[in-house]
Amino acid sequence: MRQRPDRVELADAVLNGSRRALARALTLVETGGPPARALLGAVFPHTGRAHIVGLTGAPGVGKSTLATALALHWRRAGRTVGIVAVDPTSPFSGGAILGDRIRMQALSGDPGVFIRSMANRGRLGGIARATGDAVLLLDAAGFDVVLVETVGAGQDEVEIAAAAHTTIVIEIPGAGDDVQTIKAGILEIADLLVVNKADREGADVTVRQLRAMLNLSDLSGAGWTPPVLAAVAASGEGIEAIAAAAAHHLEYLRVSGRFADDTRKRAEYELRVALQETALERAQSDRAGWKTLVAQIASRAIDPYAAAEHLLNTPGNVAM
Amino acid sequence: MEHKIRVLVAKPGLDGHDRGAKVIARALRDAGMEVIYTGIQQTPEMIVEAALQEDVDVIGLSILSGAHMTLLPRVMQLLREQGMDDVLVVAGGIISDDDARVLKMQYGIAEVYGPGASTLEIARFIQERCATKA
Repeated sequence: MRQRPDRVELADAVLNGSRRALARALTLVETGGPPARALLGAVFPHTGRAHIVGLTGAPGVGKSTLATALALHWRRAGRTVGIVAVDPTSPFSGGAILGDRIRMQALSGDPGVFIRSMANRGRLGGIARATGDAVLLLDAAGFDVVLVETVGAGQDEVEIAAAAHTTIVIEIPGAGDDVQTIKAGILEIADLLVVNKADREGADVTVRQLRAMLNLSDLSGAGWTPPVLAAVAASGEGIEAIAAAAAHHLEYLRVSGRFADDTRKRAEYELRVALQETALERAQSDRAGWKTLVAQIASRAIDPYAAAEHLLNTPGNVAM
Repeated sequence: MEHKIRVLVAKPGLDGHDRGAKVIARALRDAGMEVIYTGIQQTPEMIVEAALQEDVDVIGLSILSGAHMTLLPRVMQLLREQGMDDVLVVAGGIISDDDARVLKMQYGIAEVYGPGASTLEIARFIQERCATKA
């Protein structure tokens, strides 16, 4: 059992601010498995301090550019920033092109910033399986703000809302009519709405439509009405107002007691992810048994639910 | 759970021709690798910092400006300073055979590819070298 002390050493190095150790730890949680869990167990008591901010929106709306502008703003205010930027994995080759750093050059060379690109590895929902774990590591490493940039999201990539305190949804002018704004999904998870590229024609119309949508919804009765803010991320216009609104939202969460509720919800989400992963890993540890069951389901000898019951009832699979 | 090969593809120096770098990035993606593409006009410092944060197994450097004998040794030196000697570095571009030999023998660049190199061959080389390392 040489593994455990190594993981504790790595955890210590992460907590002490070693960037190399943090990078290694991030790789470890992406790979997953028992060593990753031991590492997370060691850093977990040191988490819960960072403001976790999610950035989501369709491809090309300016997520990376806005992330960079916000990070520069926070750095000027003396706060450190960790960034996890998620891009899609090819369903055909399993490979990925992670290109978010291209637009983050302005952050290069700053020891108060750490950027990690992450492929979603086939996970739907806008973030990767390990994104939540990566956020925990950056939090434990002491970054004041942890920014999570999702894959280019369409209408239903709402998982970021469970992982972040403050979710910023980015739109651009002229994307669809006003019925798009009242559909379910991504707009509903916004704590802040940003109309980026607001120097383009029609920005005021988009801002108005989004505000009208928010006034229609009874979500506004819940105590927080998401502000709709216009910005030009590439020039830095409107960034200060977005940062102020994000800080205001965190303050609102704390004062209203929703912070505690959200922390519990996040804990439940973390437990659900951990349970799925652990159960699946244990169930698959007997490769031969797993393959036999798969074959039996394929030949209709057993149904998938009965097979799952069988696996969960096998001693050792669920025992802690 | 398998480890995916992570590759940083970067263009050091001042030339802005990134067509080749993009072709390579895409070929490595199609070979199942995770490619972090950082774009043009990277200093050696920026490249090594990105490689550290991304914990890559491989760095692919594309350079067409002729400044390879200055920029590539500098990247290798910075990697050594960071204790990242285990990262495989390959280079591509307009590099003479003589220069390529020096870059490989003296500075530890694993392979140098010129115009017409097969992307499949490059992907295979990376996969083989990463497999023996693991």
